[in-house]
Amino acid sequence: MLLSLRDVTKTYPGAEAPVLSRISLDLQAGEMLALTGESGSGKSTLLHLTGGLDTADTGVVAIDGIDLTPLDEPGRAALRRGTVGVIFQQFNLIPSLTVAANIAFQARLAGRHDPGLAQRLAARLGLNDHLAKYPEQLSGGQQQRVAIARTLAPQPKLVLADEPTGNLDEATADTVFALMCELVAETGAGLILVTHSERLAARLGRRLLLHAGQLT
Amino acid sequence: MNARLFVLLLLLPFQAMAQGFAGLGTDAAGFSQPRSDTVLQFPADHGAHPDYRIEWWYLTANMTGPDGTPYGLQWTLFRSALAPRDGQGWDSPQLWMGHAAVTTPDAHHVTERLARGGIGQAGVNAAPFSAWIDDWVMEGPDINTLRLTASAPDFAYDVSLNAKGPLVLHGQNGYSVKSAAGQASHYYSQPFYKLYGTLTLPEGDVPVTGTAWLDREWSSQPLAQDQTGWDWFSLSFDSGDKLMGFVLRGSKDYTSATWIGADGTTIALLDGAFVVAPLSHHRVAGRTLPVEWQVLLPEKGVDVVVKALNPDAWMATSVPYWEGPVMISGSHKGAGYLEMTGYDD
Amino acid sequence: MTRTILSALLGHWRRNPLHLITLLAGLALGTALWSGVQAINAEARASYDAAATALGEGSYAQIVAQDGAPIPQQNYVVLRRAGWTVSPVLEGDLGGVRIVGIDLLTAPRGIGPVSVDGGADLGAFLTGGGQIFARADTVANLPDTGAVGIIAPHVAPNTAIMDIGLAQRLLGRAGQIDRLIVSPEQPITRRPLATIAPGLIETAPQDSSDVARLTDSFHLNLTAFGLLSFVVGLFIVHGAIGLAFEQRRQMVRTLRALGVPLGRMILLIAAELAMLGLIAGLVGVALGYAVAAALLPDVAATLRGLYGADVSGQLTLRPAWWLSGLAIAVGGTAVASAGALWSLARMPLLASAQPRAWVMARQGAGLTIASVGLLLLAVGLAVWGHGLIAGFVMLGALLVGGALALPPLLTLALRWGEARARSPVAQWFWADARQQVPGLSLALMALLLAMTANVGVSTMVSSFRLTFIGFLDQRLASELYVSATDAAQADRIVAVAETQGVAVLPILSVNAQVAGQKVEIYGARDHATYRDNWHLLRAVPDVWDALARAEGVLVNEQLYRRAGRDLGTMVAIAPGLELPVLGIYGDYGNPVGQVILNDAVFTRQFPGVTALRFGLRIDPSQIDGVRAILRDQAGLTDSAMVDQASIKALSLSVFERTFTVTTALNILTLAVAGFAMLMSLLTLAEMRLPQLAPVWALGVPRRNLAALDLLRAALLGALTSALALPLGLTLAWALLAVVNVEAFGWRFPMYLFPLDYLRLGALALVAAALAALWPAWRLSRMPPVQLLGVFRHER
Repeated sequence: MLLSLRDVTKTYPGAEAPVLSRISLDLQAGEMLALTGESGSGKSTLLHLTGGLDTADTGVVAIDGIDLTPLDEPGRAALRRGTVGVIFQQFNLIPSLTVAANIAFQARLAGRHDPGLAQRLAARLGLNDHLAKYPEQLSGGQQQRVAIARTLAPQPKLVLADEPTGNLDEATADTVFALMCELVAETGAGLILVTHSERLAARLGRRLLLHAGQLT
Repeated sequence: MNARLFVLLLLLPFQAMAQGFAGLGTDAAGFSQPRSDTVLQFPADHGAHPDYRIEWWYLTANMTGPDGTPYGLQWTLFRSALAPRDGQGWDSPQLWMGHAAVTTPDAHHVTERLARGGIGQAGVNAAPFSAWIDDWVMEGPDINTLRLTASAPDFAYDVSLNAKGPLVLHGQNGYSVKSAAGQASHYYSQPFYKLYGTLTLPEGDVPVTGTAWLDREWSSQPLAQDQTGWDWFSLSFDSGDKLMGFVLRGSKDYTSATWIGADGTTIALLDGAFVVAPLSHHRVAGRTLPVEWQVLLPEKGVDVVVKALNPDAWMATSVPYWEGPVMISGSHKGAGYLEMTGYDD
Repeated sequence: MTRTILSALLGHWRRNPLHLITLLAGLALGTALWSGVQAINAEARASYDAAATALGEGSYAQIVAQDGAPIPQQNYVVLRRAGWTVSPVLEGDLGGVRIVGIDLLTAPRGIGPVSVDGGADLGAFLTGGGQIFARADTVANLPDTGAVGIIAPHVAPNTAIMDIGLAQRLLGRAGQIDRLIVSPEQPITRRPLATIAPGLIETAPQDSSDVARLTDSFHLNLTAFGLLSFVVGLFIVHGAIGLAFEQRRQMVRTLRALGVPLGRMILLIAAELAMLGLIAGLVGVALGYAVAAALLPDVAATLRGLYGADVSGQLTLRPAWWLSGLAIAVGGTAVASAGALWSLARMPLLASAQPRAWVMARQGAGLTIASVGLLLLAVGLAVWGHGLIAGFVMLGALLVGGALALPPLLTLALRWGEARARSPVAQWFWADARQQVPGLSLALMALLLAMTANVGVSTMVSSFRLTFIGFLDQRLASELYVSATDAAQADRIVAVAETQGVAVLPILSVNAQVAGQKVEIYGARDHATYRDNWHLLRAVPDVWDALARAEGVLVNEQLYRRAGRDLGTMVAIAPGLELPVLGIYGDYGNPVGQVILNDAVFTRQFPGVTALRFGLRIDPSQIDGVRAILRDQAGLTDSAMVDQASIKALSLSVFERTFTVTTALNILTLAVAGFAMLMSLLTLAEMRLPQLAPVWALGVPRRNLAALDLLRAALLGALTSALALPLGLTLAWALLAVVNVEAFGWRFPMYLFPLDYLRLGALALVAAALAALWPAWRLSRMPPVQLLGVFRHER
């Protein structure tokens, strides 16, 4: 089992109700899951807990059979470096680094930098003309392509995407989304996509709806 | 207290003379007082009297230049004592002040010197006679034969004086009463000097000849409390006769005068005999002063108009006053000097 | 409407108290140091003026004895009776208080106590026990004299004014006068001085008092510090105001969209800033007063020890001073906000409300051009400029040019580091540091200026110290210095010394005028002491032999520079005596020119002058013995014999005081710069989240990020220090070679103090790291939600 969540509960400090309540979920390697739900339903929180970006109050989050919940911050950071890749809605990139450096960044952090792979990813994502540019010089769609390349370069086992095309127009969104799915599928990694676009969710093999902190 | 005030304080005794200072009349601690029975002794009394509070050697002269232009000059040495004693060195309580002036019909030059007694910077010796402050001197073998010099940044003079008549004692043998209350001074004059010499003026040197009048006076409490100032006249008529008269202005004016015959014989004129009345006024240094007077001495048939040669003869010294030459017209002709004090602005 | 707008405007500060504190504190700190220094300078100047007024220096010509001896009182009377309106002055020391005896009757108006608190009485001043006019503390310090002390607040510090008669009595100098003040108005019949009193000479009034000229360099240092601190403060304010404007663009746009006229808007913002400036100014002036009060005793001690200038140790609150403090605070705010107001005035109604902080990154080219221009101007002025003003303009151009060069140079250095970085984190570290430069540039420039000032001024002061000590070594080559009271005692000293086999170097001097300047002429005996110890700045070959053969003279640097008396130029020493310059020697701390002649020539030219002071060359171990013999056989008092060691010890203790002041100002300016850094980092911290969040999300822990932030601040501090060093040394050079020469007529060599610079650099690193500590700590504790927020919210 690539990912396994058991009875995961999370309450933000100061909030009355938990944002996630006793969530359990399994994901196989190569499986692609779309997570939908209205704003505030806890989709992003679930993603963050899965990626070791935040910690659950109770319950177990295990990736490849390793429980994340007892890990300290450096441990979770190590997980983020090597095992999991996250693509956010925006501001994925490090503004001070070039596109090429951004793509290589996470792979180099993980010690798995493969220049050939990075080059192939850039070529596949149509970024070859932009490698020397800085993120702020790119359009939103181009920035997300860089984020995809950056995420896939260290060959993560699990890709987490939080509204990766939410800031893009529909045509661009479709192109970027298709590329992402295609490349993830090629690597054989698992994918969890958080979105409220029914149209995009429908393209993935498995769908779950989150409502008031519960999976339905 | 600023420096200016310091100077005023310094001149307290002089100020008292000029302004009728109230405190002086009662505060003569330890100083000698003029006495009616004092017999003046010469030449000793030409010298200083350090046991009296104030004293002066006051010379005025009426002169003419080669072109007939009238001139006046003044040379005065004041002595003021902080305490009734003499002394050597800086500790001497005797202070000295010199005033010098030259008056022309168009200009009035004034200067002033101050000095400490006891160090040789200023003083008076009776015989041979010498009165000096800095480089100014009035000196000679005796009081009848003198050289007189003074200098300033803008003028100087150097003249010789020869007395052609006797000393003149005012009042009662030189005891001159100044008020109905009995304030008095010792007062004598030498009004018979012939003068020749040189005035150095900004325009150049001017040789002059003329006459001069020396007043000597010392006291310790010169004015009554209500007296605010005086108008003093020294008049030399072409006849050879002379008249000294003053009015002390107070709650009631007090006058005194001496008629001096051409031979030096004197008639002391008591309060009320000498009558003056201002005829016209002039604005100078922010004050209004009478610069033309009617002078009457019915006893001698004197009814003259006395008019300032230069109405701007203001002495802008530490203690300011008006002092200048006058021209006489009317029943008698002649020239003289007028001094007016106590005209506050 | 006004009220509504104001409340909207002020709301910004309520929500961002940190910005408000930054603005107020920056301005207040800058104003504090500036006005503190000004307060010290004003106090010192008032003291010099009081001294100069009381002593008749400056505005009046003076008459002194040619041989420097006292003038007999009788000569004063002789002068007066020859038509000279002069006034006597006697000076001396009584129980450590400077006694000034004057004659109030002849003193020119304005000499003497200008005001007293009461109780003054002319009769009491002139006669009897006497009266002494002095400040309250001086009156308290006077030994019992029998005279009445009168409080006179405007008398110079540590000075007691009294009648000359009393002064003669208290000082045991009956019949003596030190100098005569010459009244500007003199009678036309005055006789020439030479025919009345041949031993006296008249010296022209000095432009400024000797003391003021000497101490100018010290005050210049203080002023430079104060000005730099203020400029540093302005950098902070500029940053804070710029940020406030950026963050309020949105609100300004909204308000204008709601119909608020632009003019009214700008007027209200200006009024708001003026009010803030005034508040900060008040705080700054109060702080400045505290700084000045704390430093003044050391400053006063320094000035007294170094230059013999008495400065009150007590601070007076002068209206002109605190008003100027307020004015400079408000004016500084205006300068700092002018640009922001201008851009606001030109902002189109529908402009983007996005913060433009990063836009600054693209101003690099403009900065570089301005910087290069200013530095070229500084070089041009250094080469071709003349005069003190040019010197100061050059300093200003150098400093501002250097500061403006900082961001481009830092960017270059960081790019270089980035290119050589191996690991991705290192690469990001360099890149991110470069990204931070625009946001931190103002704070870094402030740090640069503070460090530059520290390097420059401390190099100058330390160089002065070394030079001065070396100079003392050559000048104080004799082991014992003795002064005779009269010629007879001088003869006895020579005789006693000869029996002891001690070499005697007579010190012969007269005052004179050379090339229209007041100078001292010295006669020097040909002795190994001079050959061995004196280092001439420039000289002809075999200069001492030539001097011994009376082929010329030596002149001090002041005379060389002011009167252009270079090697070989003729110097007219006296009528009929004209000799060429053989050598030029350094003569620090002396305001007047000097000429040194062979002593034989001197004695021939000035036969009336006898030496009353002597230097004795003695084996150091025998000093005490020779002292005792001189005391017993020549009747010298202990105070008439000073040994070299104690003079040097005194000079050194004086310098320690100087360093106390310099060090205190060093630390204060660095503290201000550190504060600027802290404030910049705190405000940047919020804006930097988009930089940090992706790195964190990709697997770099917050603690590491925080550590990197600390390291980055230290790196920037180190790079800034690296630039500050050459800039500071250039500043020191400019102060030594341009400003000092123009202002004081001497130039001393520049020494380097690597250890000091190292310590200073370490201090700068510590300041930068300390400034980064709190923001870094906050980062290490930042909740993940806040970091994650970056990816979600529209910013």
